[in-house]
Amino acid sequence: MAIITYREALNQALREEMARDDRVFLMGEEVAQYNGAYKVSKGLLDQFGEMRVVDTPITELGFAGVGVGAAMVGLRPVIEFMTWNFALLAIDQIVNAAAKMLYMSGGQYNVPMVFRGPNGAALQLSAQHSQAFESWLAHIPGIKVVTPGTPYDAKGLLKAAIRDDNPVIVLEGEMLYNTKGEVPEDDYIIPIGKADLKREGEHCSIITNGKMVLVAMNAADQLAKEGIRVDVVDLRTVRPMDIEAITASVRKTNRAVVLEEGWELAGIGAQVVDYIQRDCFDHLDAPIIRVHQVDVPMPYAKALERSAKPDLAKTIAAVKKVMYVD
Amino acid sequence: MSTKVYMEALSPTMEEGRLVKWLKAEGDTVKSGDVLAEVETDKAVMELVARGEGIMRKHLIPEGATAPVTSLVGIIAAADEDISALIGGAAVPAAAAPVAAVAPVAPVAPVAAAPVAAVAPVAVAPTPPTPATPAAPAADGGRVRTSPLARRIADEQGVNLSGVQGSGPGGRIVKRDIEAAVTSGSANLVAAHAPSATPAPTPRRVAGGPEFRDEPLTQIRKTIARRLAESIGPIPTFYLTAEFDLSRASEMRTAAAELGDAFKVSFNDIILKATATALQQHPEVNAHWLGDKIRYFDTVHLGMAVATDDGLIVPVIFNAEQKRMSEISAEAKALAKRARERKLKPEEFTGSTFSVSNLGMMQIDQFTAIINPPEVGILAIGAIEDKVVVGADGGFEVKKKLRVTMSCDHRVIDGAVGAKFLQTLRRLIENPLLMVF
Repeated sequence: MAIITYREALNQALREEMARDDRVFLMGEEVAQYNGAYKVSKGLLDQFGEMRVVDTPITELGFAGVGVGAAMVGLRPVIEFMTWNFALLAIDQIVNAAAKMLYMSGGQYNVPMVFRGPNGAALQLSAQHSQAFESWLAHIPGIKVVTPGTPYDAKGLLKAAIRDDNPVIVLEGEMLYNTKGEVPEDDYIIPIGKADLKREGEHCSIITNGKMVLVAMNAADQLAKEGIRVDVVDLRTVRPMDIEAITASVRKTNRAVVLEEGWELAGIGAQVVDYIQRDCFDHLDAPIIRVHQVDVPMPYAKALERSAKPDLAKTIAAVKKVMYVD
Repeated sequence: MSTKVYMEALSPTMEEGRLVKWLKAEGDTVKSGDVLAEVETDKAVMELVARGEGIMRKHLIPEGATAPVTSLVGIIAAADEDISALIGGAAVPAAAAPVAAVAPVAPVAPVAAAPVAAVAPVAVAPTPPTPATPAAPAADGGRVRTSPLARRIADEQGVNLSGVQGSGPGGRIVKRDIEAAVTSGSANLVAAHAPSATPAPTPRRVAGGPEFRDEPLTQIRKTIARRLAESIGPIPTFYLTAEFDLSRASEMRTAAAELGDAFKVSFNDIILKATATALQQHPEVNAHWLGDKIRYFDTVHLGMAVATDDGLIVPVIFNAEQKRMSEISAEAKALAKRARERKLKPEEFTGSTFSVSNLGMMQIDQFTAIINPPEVGILAIGAIEDKVVVGADGGFEVKKKLRVTMSCDHRVIDGAVGAKFLQTLRRLIENPLLMVF
């Protein structure tokens, strides 16, 4: 199996889906001439032409709305946001148009489209450009939210998102684009709403998603050296969430650490903890601990940014705490 | 290095204290262990001791003021240290205020926490092997702290949680503790306990060994406890009254007094001695009700109610069953005096296993006393009177008679059990010579 980058995996997914279905088109800032701000759309303009790979002005609300309209009349747009921080300008089209249309039209108009782009913090991009919006978006009924953490998942989930008949949000990561992994060259999709047990252990479950999957895997490696074997449950989709995968793991390990990139209050982890306490109360041997970003705007200063982010050390400490060691 | 001075819990039940007098003025040099102030607790005037050294820089409450336990009342610091930040400091977590002088509270049910702590002079309740975490009370509001999983496994395996030492934070029992208990065979299996409403008499305590044994509640005991408590309130009390003949006790007392002042004892002393002796023969009434279990004591810590100007206080004659009548007499006298002077230390009025209240000297013929929980019984002693009774030969005789009423906690003591205890007590009081044997 070929080892490629997350960036290339997304590119393959777009290329394969555009070749497979001529209703699929890509639209966003610098996706065509410039091959994408992060080169995800590299070569697509050459292959599919400017009717299907469309550069837009800097008007997030505008091109998101054009996408919703196109989807309503039968196309399958993929809207790229240069980052999800910029997508805040388009939130009305996402929340009030895309997410509500099927419901409010009494089932007459579905909106088969994808909103995608990098989410969360990279390095020293400061408070306005380092935000993880999973929980904002997952809050809204009517949309699906996927957060691939590996190249394999990125390709499979983006393809599934494009084929889905509902609006799907794909949250990528600038720090993920260069990560590498095995990705099949043939056509495959990863079902939306299915978590993946990325590591199997018996002592504690780390439940996580997106960029934090890598942190969890590193933590699992470190902990294994001390004889602590953890389950790493990668949610992959945060809406709808795979409750069965979460509870099956916690029923086995009796302990859970929930790791997410965003802030604590009303975060994805809060919902995971709720599912666990509802379904696994009698299986818990320790209170669940959450690891998340510190409750502040992301600092610019390198040291402060590092200490604000959820990381390996915090994750390991949390696992040890629920294990009652240390 | 500064030291904050807190209002400490100087008695097990103290919630606030009145600062009677500062013994270290602002500016005085203070060594660790120095008495800083006198504090009036709910029971007595106690000493507040320095926990650090330096200069007594600041009194934060004036003499006469009352402050809740754990609140900041003063600052000890170096002469030139800036203490302005400390003065604004909020009250500390309760855990920071040491429970003064009293022994560490053993991890037992909370009702018993105070008394157990106070029996410091004798062997302290033995705890199972010390866990790595600091021993916080395993029980909280009558509840054993466990993880939900540990509770479920314990249920499935029939392990009695009250016998398991928790190794988690705050003494929480977690999965590994149950597993360890099961593997080591130390688990107290619920099913293994046959109902034993009347425990077999236990052998005399080995010196240094535990001075009590915990009996898990049997189902019948639990049902009795619940039903009767519903019927009559928190302590389902019933009363047994008996009239004792004090003729021989009176003769003995007179004869002893003729031997000299050292042998003068009061009727009350005789009753205390007889009660202690009877209790030793009836551990089933010498017990504490601990909510999820009954603690039977092998030794008798006899509480004696004393009226003071401030109200009732119950000093304790420890190990009373091992003391001679003259010792009990002297001790009872001293304790009563110190109680009236409010000089009792907390450990002198906590830890009783059974109590006696006497209103005979106030011409009360008979009364019922209120049980002092977690004890399960109390004797109410009435006045001694001469009464005309039918004698052995069918004629009339004048006899000294005493009415004693025992209040019994029905959750622990059934009617017949209390009656048997009173039979023994009658035998002893009516034949005081038996106390010698």
